Amino acid sequence: MATLARLQARSSFIENQYYFRNSVVDAFRKKENCAAVKIQSWFRGCQVRAYIRHLHRVAIIIQKWWRGYLSRKLYQLKVEVAYYTMKMDLYNAMAVRIQSRWRAHKVRKYCFNYFYYKQYLRAVSEANETIREILQEYAESQESEEKKAKLEREEKRREEDTRKTHYLLSTKQIPGIYNSPFRKEPDPWELRLQKAKPLVPRRRRVQQEHCPELTAWLACTSVRSFPRPDGLPPITTKPCQGPFRNINEVLEQRYKPLEPTLRAAQPVDELKRAREEFRRQERVRNISDKMFLPFSSHHKKENYMPSLLSSSKYNPGSCRKQDFRSENPRRWVCDKDFQTIFPSIDLFAKYGKSYSKAGQIV
Amino acid sequence: NSGIISLLRPLLLDVVPTIQQTAALALGRLANYSDDLAEAVVKGDILPQLVYSLAEQNRFYKKAAAFVLRAVGKHSPQRAQAIVDCGALDALVMCLEDFDPGVKEAAAWALGCISRHNAELSQAVVDVGAVPLLVLCVQEPEVALKRIASSALGDISKHSPELAQTAVDAGAIAHLAQMILNPDAKLKHQVLSALGQIAKHSVDLAEMVVEAEIFPVVLTCLKDKDEYVKKSACTLIREIAKHTPELSQLIVNTGGVAAVTDCIGTCRGNVRLPGIMMLGYVAAHSENLAMAVIISKGVPQLSICLSEEPEDHIKAATAWALGQIGRHTSEHARAVAVTNTLPVLLSLYMSAGSSEDLQMKCKKAIKSILQKCTYLPALEPFLYDAPPNILKHVLGQFSKVLPHDSEARRLFVTSGGLKKVQEIQAEPGSLLQEYINSINNCYPEEVVRYYSPGYSDTLLQRVESYQPLTN
Repeated sequence: MATLARLQARSSFIENQYYFRNSVVDAFRKKENCAAVKIQSWFRGCQVRAYIRHLHRVAIIIQKWWRGYLSRKLYQLKVEVAYYTMKMDLYNAMAVRIQSRWRAHKVRKYCFNYFYYKQYLRAVSEANETIREILQEYAESQESEEKKAKLEREEKRREEDTRKTHYLLSTKQIPGIYNSPFRKEPDPWELRLQKAKPLVPRRRRVQQEHCPELTAWLACTSVRSFPRPDGLPPITTKPCQGPFRNINEVLEQRYKPLEPTLRAAQPVDELKRAREEFRRQERVRNISDKMFLPFSSHHKKENYMPSLLSSSKYNPGSCRKQDFRSENPRRWVCDKDFQTIFPSIDLFAKYGKSYSKAGQIV
Repeated sequence: NSGIISLLRPLLLDVVPTIQQTAALALGRLANYSDDLAEAVVKGDILPQLVYSLAEQNRFYKKAAAFVLRAVGKHSPQRAQAIVDCGALDALVMCLEDFDPGVKEAAAWALGCISRHNAELSQAVVDVGAVPLLVLCVQEPEVALKRIASSALGDISKHSPELAQTAVDAGAIAHLAQMILNPDAKLKHQVLSALGQIAKHSVDLAEMVVEAEIFPVVLTCLKDKDEYVKKSACTLIREIAKHTPELSQLIVNTGGVAAVTDCIGTCRGNVRLPGIMMLGYVAAHSENLAMAVIISKGVPQLSICLSEEPEDHIKAATAWALGQIGRHTSEHARAVAVTNTLPVLLSLYMSAGSSEDLQMKCKKAIKSILQKCTYLPALEPFLYDAPPNILKHVLGQFSKVLPHDSEARRLFVTSGGLKKVQEIQAEPGSLLQEYINSINNCYPEEVVRYYSPGYSDTLLQRVESYQPLTN
C-alpha cells in the first residue's frame, strides 16, 4: 500500500507528465503526421503518375498503331485513285491528240479543202481566160468577115456599075470621058471599063404551064422520076452553100416519095366537085325539080294535080285498111277500144290524136 | 368611123378574088392601127366570114385573112378571145399545114399574137394542135418563118410550166438549139428568148434545155453585135442559173461568168439588167460560187454599173447582186469592200431621190456585207455619216476585230476613229452602248478619257482650280 500512496502522490505528477509528454508528442505527432502524409501523398502521386505515364505510353502506342492502320488504308485508296486519274489523264491527253488530228484532217479534207478550193478557183479563172480568148477571137473573126463581106459587096457593086456603064468606054475615034487627052494616063475607071464584060439584056423566061395535078404525080411512083418543069434551069443560079449535109440524107430527103396528108390528097377544088356531085344525085332522086316550099300555094286557087304514082284507083291506101278497125268510132261494133295485152308503143297510141294538125289546113 | 367596115364587108364576098384579097388587106390594116377599129371589126361580124372563107380560098386570101386575125388579136385579151370564139383557131391551124411559107408565116404570127396575152388563150391554141405544126415550121428553110415560129413557141411557153412542157414534148428544144448558130440576128434573139421562156419555169425544164448542149455555144451570142441578142442570151443564162447550185456550177465551169461580166461591160442601160441579175443568182447559191464570181472580176464591173447607171431599178439589182456576193464570209466582204462600193451604197441609201425599192435593197446589202466585213479601212468612213441602225453593225465589227489586232488598234486611234466613237451617244443598255464599251475596254483609260469630248474643258478646269504649292 505504499506504492499506491506513492502512486497516488505521484499521480498528479504522472498526470501532468503524462499530459505533457502526450501533448508534446502530440505536437510532434501532428508534425510527424503531416510529414508522413506529405511523404505518402507525394509517393502515391509518383506512383500514380508513373502509372499514368505508363498508361499514356501504352495508349499512344495503341493509338499510333491504330491511326497508322487507318491511314494506310486511306493511303491505299488515295494511291489507287491517283493512279487511276493519272492513267485517265494520259488517255485523255492521247485521245485529245488523236481527235484534234482527226478533226483537222476531216475539216481540211472534206469540209473545206483549201488546196482543192484554190485549185478549183484557179481552174475557173483558167476557164474564164480561155473563154475570153475564144470569144475575143470569135468577135474578131466576125468583124473581119463582115469587113470582107462589105468589101466584096462594094467590089460587086462597082463591077455592076462598070458593066452597066460599059458604053462610056473610049473607042479609037472618040476618047471616052475617063480618057481625056489632057491626062498623062487614063483614069483607073477607064481600065476597069476595058476589062469589064458588057451586060447582056436578060430575056424573060417563058411562062410555065399549069403543073399537072397531084393524081398525075402519084402515077409515077418510081423514086427518081420526079417531074421537072419545062426547060432546064440556068446553070449559074445561086452560089454554093456550105457546110453540106450527108449526101445520102439529102438525096433521101429530096427524092422522098410523096406522102400527102389526107387533106392534101384531095383535089384542090374538092368542095366544088362534091357539091356538083350532090346536086347531080339530087336531080336523079328528086321527082320534081321545084323546091318544096310549104304553104307556098296556099293563096293560089290551084288544083292539086296528083302525080301519076298516086292517082290510080289502086291506091296503096285501100289495100290494108279493111283488116283494121275503121277510124270512125260510130261504126265500131262495141264501144270500147281494143285492148292490147302488151303495152302498145306510145307513139302509135297517139296516132291521129296528138300529132300536129299541120297537114290539115284549118 | 364613116361606116367603112360595113362597106368593106360585102366586098369580102365579091366574085373577083382580087377584090376579096384587097378588102381583107384593107380590113387588116384598119384593125392593125388601133384597138377601137379592131373592136369595130369584131362587132361587124366579119370574123366568121373570114374564117369560113379561109378554108377554101387561095393563098393570097389566106395570107390577108391571117393578117386581119393577127391585127385584131394583138391589141388585148378580149379581142383575142373574140377570135378564138369564132373558131378561127382551126382555120389558122389548117393554114399552118399549107405549102406556101408566106401563109404559114402569117398563120404562125397570128397564133403567136393570140397566145401572147394570157394562159387560157395559150391553152386554147395548144388544144387545137398548133404546137407540133409550129415545131415543123421551125425546121423550114425560110428564115422569116423560123423567126415567127420560134417567137410563137416562146409566147406559148411563157405562161405556165404545163404549156412549156407541151412545147418540149413536141421536140422544140432540139430544133431551137440548132438555130442558135444561125447568123441572122433577129432569129437568134427569138430563139434565145423562146428557150429562156421554156427554161424559166422549173428545174427539169432548165435541165432539158441545158442537155441540148447550148453551153458553150450560147456564150458566143454574148459577143454578138446586136443588143437584143446579148440581152436575150443573158436572160436565158439567168433563167438557167437561178434554179439550183448545180446548174450555176455548170455555167461557171464553162466560163459563163466571165463571158457575162464582159458582156455587162460592153452594154448600157436595160440590156445590162439580166446579166447583173445572173451574177446575183450565181453568187447567192453558195460561197464557192460567190468566190468564183469574185475571181472572174465581177465585183469591179458591178461597182462600175452601180455608179454609171441612171435608172433606179438597175441600181437596185446591182445592189442586190453585190449583197449576195459579199454576205458569205469575211473574204467575200473584203473583196466587195476593197472596191469602194460601200460608200456608194450608203449614199444611195441615204439620198432622198432614190426609190423605196432601191433604198431597201441598199440597206439589206449594206447590212449583210457589214456583218461579215473585217476590213477596217473600208469601215471607217461609215463611222462618220452612217445612220444609227447601220452604225451599230459597224461598231459591232470594230468590237470584234479590235481586241485581237494591235496594229488595227493603233490605226483606229490615229485615224480619229476612237474620237468619233466617244462622240456617239447611245442609250445605256442598248447594243450600241455595249459595243462602245467593248471598244473602250481595248484601250487604257487615259487614252479613252483623252479622246472623250470635253476633255480639254476638264483639263482647263483642273488648271484653274489648281493651287500651286507656296513655300
